[in-house]
Amino acid sequence: MNISLNITKTITELLSGFMSEGAANIGAMVTIALIYLAIFAVAGLYLVLLERKVAAWFQLRIGPNRVGPWGLLQTMADALKLVSKELTGTVKADKFLYNLAPYFVIVSSLMALSVFPFTQDFQAFDINIGIFFLIAISSLGVIGILLGGWASNNKFALIGAMRSGVQTISYELSVGLSLLTMVLITGSLQLSEIVEVQKNGWLIVQGHIPAVIAFMIYMIAGTAETNRAPFDMVEAESELGAGFHTEYSGMKFAYFFLAEFINMFIIAAIATTVFFGGWLSPFGITESIPWLGVFWFVGKTLVLVFLMMWFRWTFPRLRVDQLLTLEWKYLLPLNLLNIILMALIVWLNLTIQF
Amino acid sequence: MDTTIKNSNLKSEEYFINMGPQHPATHGVLRLLLTIDGEIIKKVEPDLGYIHRSIEKMCERDSYQQIVHLTDRMDYLSSHINNEAVCLTVEKALELEVPERVKVIRTIIGELTRIASHTLWWGVMGMDVGALTTYFYGFRDRELINDIFEETCGARLTMNYNIPGGLMFDIHPNFVKRTKDFIAHFKTKLPEYDTLLTGNVIFQKRMKGVGMLTKEDAISFGASGPVGRGSGYSCDVRKHHSYSAYDKVNFNEILKTEGDSFARYQVRIEEMWESMSIIEQLIDNIPEGDVQVATNAVIKLPKGEFYQKVETARGELGVYINSTGTKNPYRLKFRSPGFSNLSLLNHIAVGGKIGDLVASMATLDLVIPDIDR
Repeated sequence: MNISLNITKTITELLSGFMSEGAANIGAMVTIALIYLAIFAVAGLYLVLLERKVAAWFQLRIGPNRVGPWGLLQTMADALKLVSKELTGTVKADKFLYNLAPYFVIVSSLMALSVFPFTQDFQAFDINIGIFFLIAISSLGVIGILLGGWASNNKFALIGAMRSGVQTISYELSVGLSLLTMVLITGSLQLSEIVEVQKNGWLIVQGHIPAVIAFMIYMIAGTAETNRAPFDMVEAESELGAGFHTEYSGMKFAYFFLAEFINMFIIAAIATTVFFGGWLSPFGITESIPWLGVFWFVGKTLVLVFLMMWFRWTFPRLRVDQLLTLEWKYLLPLNLLNIILMALIVWLNLTIQF
Repeated sequence: MDTTIKNSNLKSEEYFINMGPQHPATHGVLRLLLTIDGEIIKKVEPDLGYIHRSIEKMCERDSYQQIVHLTDRMDYLSSHINNEAVCLTVEKALELEVPERVKVIRTIIGELTRIASHTLWWGVMGMDVGALTTYFYGFRDRELINDIFEETCGARLTMNYNIPGGLMFDIHPNFVKRTKDFIAHFKTKLPEYDTLLTGNVIFQKRMKGVGMLTKEDAISFGASGPVGRGSGYSCDVRKHHSYSAYDKVNFNEILKTEGDSFARYQVRIEEMWESMSIIEQLIDNIPEGDVQVATNAVIKLPKGEFYQKVETARGELGVYINSTGTKNPYRLKFRSPGFSNLSLLNHIAVGGKIGDLVASMATLDLVIPDIDR
């Protein structure tokens, strides 16, 4: 099998055969963007189905099983329903911001997908500040949530949005710092290079104790970043109804909903890339077949996604002040100490390399 | 419509929010008027009347047999115990001694009702603090009790099994076996409740030290049931004013002195163990005999006032009948546990966060039709 998986290059070469170089570049960008959009819209829908199935297994239920075999078409049908639904809104809403908010959320989460190396060459956008880009982009989503909550002119939505602001800004620090801990080993922010370094052993093994601490902090903070239980203050349904998206309906609501699942995928994908060797197979068992990297990448990511679902369906929700206490009094100081520990380990060459 | 609040008493930084009547945490159509400063609750005002059906007024129109059926629709989670309360009052007024068999069956079904109510409460309680899975675990066990009820009296929720003078008919032949099976099943399942929710760190942080209610306050607000006992107020009607077959069984009144949400939670969990023990003591020795004593087709109570109280899953339910000697009561009043328990919501929620309000409200175990009759 000799397929080139460097998609950007392949498509650009294909297009430049019959158009000028500039047009070919733009054409390639648009094509890739459309491919990504299509793949991840569908992937998001199937994550919703997976969550519903996982929830059912946790709750002694069967889960969706009527539409299609094993309920496989259920979320497709749901999406169809949401697309065809009337878009209602509040009279006194700030129309422009109200309509803008869902796009902020969905666009920011789709943008983040562009930098992941799914396998050796399957990466749309390999920039040398990959990690930095991811952290920056993932904070954009909260603007959408704040806008949506504020522009809906609904007090429940506003409380939800304010909680979201507080929560995301706090936990952003932990996400960033725990990833920076790992950057100390790799010495690079470029995602493809981070994976390359892990050919000598996954970073969670290379960095041993501080890496495990960083991974745990990252998973806690990452769950909080996606506003999922036990950190779902934003839409705590027993307190705020539906939180920031109370006033949204139809496809606009679906954007928020889909973005949550894509964000969950992104958080798990970052963890896969940074801690678990990205597309690398364990002990290099499938090194000779490079396209299998996609399988390993998605597989590892789904395991972590399952972990986050596990959190959601077993834990009660924290209270908003406990949420901030956890971050500012425990996770952040621990994280800073962990960076020092990691720096010492890298300095003294105590990392485990195969 | 202008939505700004034109109330000069409100400070500029405090705001007002309507929780309910359609809100997931109010378990029905309770409307709470909240005054909030940021996330901190300044005032909680319950607003009732969304499900008021004038049950007490309707009782003045109905015969005593018919009144029993209306009480199902009050606290629908302990419908059997509500029915029993009315029947006991009528029997007391008529000075009617019901057979032992009736007393024992009433007690067993009453305790099954209590377990069913507490399992449902536990499921919903978990949902209110954000653990959605508890709901299904609670319902799994409640379903089995409902099946037993369905087999015996044909109804799962609004049972109507009691009549003044006894029971409508005898228990189903399978009743004893199925009840024993259920107890055996539930003994293995109740510890799951603790592993899933009680021991959880987040849950304990949410419950401990939250919604504090002292014993003095519990008494002065008229709290009863697990709410009062969570504050160390010994108020179990089954113990202090025994009725039916409760004087024949050994059981402990669960008392906790902490007075916080967690104490109220633990009282209910431990009460389920006690209920199982009560059922176990009675289920093998149901006396033989009739299941009703004959009453007149039209029951006329003697002139006077009659009062009887029972312990429902939520607390003390009192039935007061003022009779003028006719076939209808002149005045009938229910002292419902939920109403008094709701009255202390403002007291325990002020100063907490919105999340605390929801958690404390869940530990009060409110059933709105019980409050709003």
